[in-house]
Amino acid sequence: MALPDSMVAAPLISDWLDFSHPGMVGIKTGKVEFGQGILTALTQIVAEELGVEFEKCFLVTASTGISPNESFTAGSLSVQDSGSALRIASATARAYAGTHSYWDIEKTAGWAIPANPDAVLKNPSDYSLVGLSANRIDLDAKLKGITHFIQDLRPDDLLYARILRPPNRGSTLFDLSLEKITLSQEIEKVVVDGSFIAVVAKDEYSAQSLVTKLAQVAIWNETPAGMNNSSLMNFLESAPAEFKVLEEFGENKTELPHKASYSRPYLSHASIGTVTAVAQWAGEKINIWTQSQGIYPLRADIARALSIDPQRIFITHVEGAGCYGHNGADDAAFDAVLVAKHFPGRPVLVTWSREDELGWAPYGPAMKVHLAAQVDDSGEITHWSHRVRGNGHSTRPSTLASPSMLAYSHIENGSAILPAGDPPLPRGGGTGRNAIPLYDFKNSLIVEERLSEMPIRTSALRALGAHLNVFAIESFLDELALRTNQDPLEFRLRHLSDPRGRDVLTKVAELSGWGKELPEGSGQGIGFARYKNKGAWCAVIAQVDVEEAVRVSHLWIAVDVGLVINPDGVRNQIEGGALQSLSWTLKEQVQINDGAVTSNNWEDYPILRFSEVPLVQTEIISRPTMPALGAGEASIGPTAAAIANAVDRAINVRVRNMPLTVTNIMASVE
Amino acid sequence: MTHLSTTLDYMADFQIRVNNKVVDVDCDKNTPLLWVLRNHLNLTGTRFGCGTGLCGACTVLIDGTPIHSCDTPIWAIGNKSVQTVEYEENSTLQRVKSCMASEQAGQCGFCLSGIMMRATAHIDSLASLDRSSIADALDGHLCRCGAHNRIIEAIRQAGS
Repeated sequence: MALPDSMVAAPLISDWLDFSHPGMVGIKTGKVEFGQGILTALTQIVAEELGVEFEKCFLVTASTGISPNESFTAGSLSVQDSGSALRIASATARAYAGTHSYWDIEKTAGWAIPANPDAVLKNPSDYSLVGLSANRIDLDAKLKGITHFIQDLRPDDLLYARILRPPNRGSTLFDLSLEKITLSQEIEKVVVDGSFIAVVAKDEYSAQSLVTKLAQVAIWNETPAGMNNSSLMNFLESAPAEFKVLEEFGENKTELPHKASYSRPYLSHASIGTVTAVAQWAGEKINIWTQSQGIYPLRADIARALSIDPQRIFITHVEGAGCYGHNGADDAAFDAVLVAKHFPGRPVLVTWSREDELGWAPYGPAMKVHLAAQVDDSGEITHWSHRVRGNGHSTRPSTLASPSMLAYSHIENGSAILPAGDPPLPRGGGTGRNAIPLYDFKNSLIVEERLSEMPIRTSALRALGAHLNVFAIESFLDELALRTNQDPLEFRLRHLSDPRGRDVLTKVAELSGWGKELPEGSGQGIGFARYKNKGAWCAVIAQVDVEEAVRVSHLWIAVDVGLVINPDGVRNQIEGGALQSLSWTLKEQVQINDGAVTSNNWEDYPILRFSEVPLVQTEIISRPTMPALGAGEASIGPTAAAIANAVDRAINVRVRNMPLTVTNIMASVE
Repeated sequence: MTHLSTTLDYMADFQIRVNNKVVDVDCDKNTPLLWVLRNHLNLTGTRFGCGTGLCGACTVLIDGTPIHSCDTPIWAIGNKSVQTVEYEENSTLQRVKSCMASEQAGQCGFCLSGIMMRATAHIDSLASLDRSSIADALDGHLCRCGAHNRIIEAIRQAGS
């Protein structure tokens, strides 16, 4: 067997496991925690395979130079990537140690020995720890309030900085008239570099107060009107694009009798904590503490932006609030580096305001999908065509031809951020993620059209293109089922030979009592996908009541993630993903006016509230002998489609444009 | 252009009671309690989420009543008693924490400090512990990870 990808550049046991503390095992993963519970699952894997107690394992903080380079923590791949690597490293160590102690070997020969991809792994039927709902290793400290989130770092001599951003995209600073302002003793400096403005102070209130005042006196060269809400659909249709055929087989007809188009707006990651970073210029070294999802790619991009050797930069990961994709975390790290340069030796903490978090971080791209199909006399789909348009889903650091941190587009010697690309297809793609249906259609044409102009910066948001692609496919299937008088569940099953897909569909129908009588104004709808067509299988049934607005009362979910490392962790991720998708699908829409995002507070960008949360029941179909698959994103697409399908059953209105607000429902009444 | 002075004319020495200890704080009188806790007293368990009282992350108790510390200036505290998530002597809060742990009620955990302070006040007010009453009590608190149902269940158990 070949080594897992993560081990190619980190092939030694000592790259992954640290036995230098007698009796304890340090786990050196390149993946990072942001609330998904990954560190707990990885600890279970190592403890199981090494045969040591769970409590004897600890995580070595991810940092450049110490941790293996596992690129980004993204795409529901941590259990596959890091989990496989740690399992092989642990199995090799166990076989190598035999009757000797791991810690004795550490003191004598050491563990710089190659991991063996063919090491004999423990038989799943002998597992005693993998498969149990171990409590999360991070939760107790979070409940006590003693977790040091990135915002809570307090190194000696710390200074606090806040940033003043331009009024809209494209504006540049004309004049700040700093000489007219008397600075208080709490203010250390106002840093101005091109159109990048930072206030540095001894405390955060003083820094924020001065930023508010500077916003009133700064004069900007404003650009001609940028994008607006009303121009979005035209932009999506008419912008130049790169075409890629993702799948083509059978007969390709230009005209198919059934057609429909679906869309989603730009979406915000909308983390509850704002992005933060600390940086310090210590002689030749630059130290950075960041919540980034990819410390090595970030290091490379900051080095490129500063034209310095990446070896001068040392990055340590510190947990932030949940990020759900590429938010402003990397931007904040570069902000902190730019500001700290002015205070040699002193650490500087940059925290974004809520307004900047919602107004300037990258967004999940707005997207449009055009579907067409032909159904034969027996009610079977014979032809299927899917065309998806939108900006790419990655402006992550080091993935573009020039640096992609926000401040790089504002500083004197920087440049505009290039249009987003997409993750490579082996990682699941981006725009076209889940555009290929899992169903057995005889003739198929699937085309991705990634836009090459980017008026609003976009990047990875949980599930990437799968949110709209699955919403569209599963909505259209229901429309076709309805037009041909077929039950939506039966209709799916007749086109699906994949046995694990059939199992989750059958299971979720059983959980929900599919087909039962419901009161007037209520309805159940179904949604299904296999994430990236090679990850977890997930089927969702939503039940809605529609009166003045859509209210989701229940969600039933059946999921198959293969081998289950931690059932409660899987449930937490699957339900969390479903509720986040519910929030996007029913409520969320970034508002844009003349190139400025105006939905920059919680009133203008409302998200799901406690009183709107449905009851959720999740059933995991366990497959102990199958590879473990990620759970973080599998429920996103199916939940969105299930809700739209339920609304159609409840009030006979097909809503094809998200979010399913009263306005969009009214506009859909035919 | 108007001449703006940022000199803090109102620097003052405040004595406030936090977690049953009297502490001295020298700061602008308009400094929100949140930043007094986080920057001056190193009590970082209380979170900054929005600064405008719209997300609940910064919620603390003042004489047992939940308030947003992000828009409550220090001059308004007077001799009232402030309790934060770090306080270990509040038995209701301790029970909430223990039920949150047994329900594994959280993911990133950033919203939890504020939610637990609100839950403590809800339980102490002897309000109803049915699902919709707890959800209504928490409606000013945002959770982005989707741990809502676990949180509601943990609070129900803590109050029962």
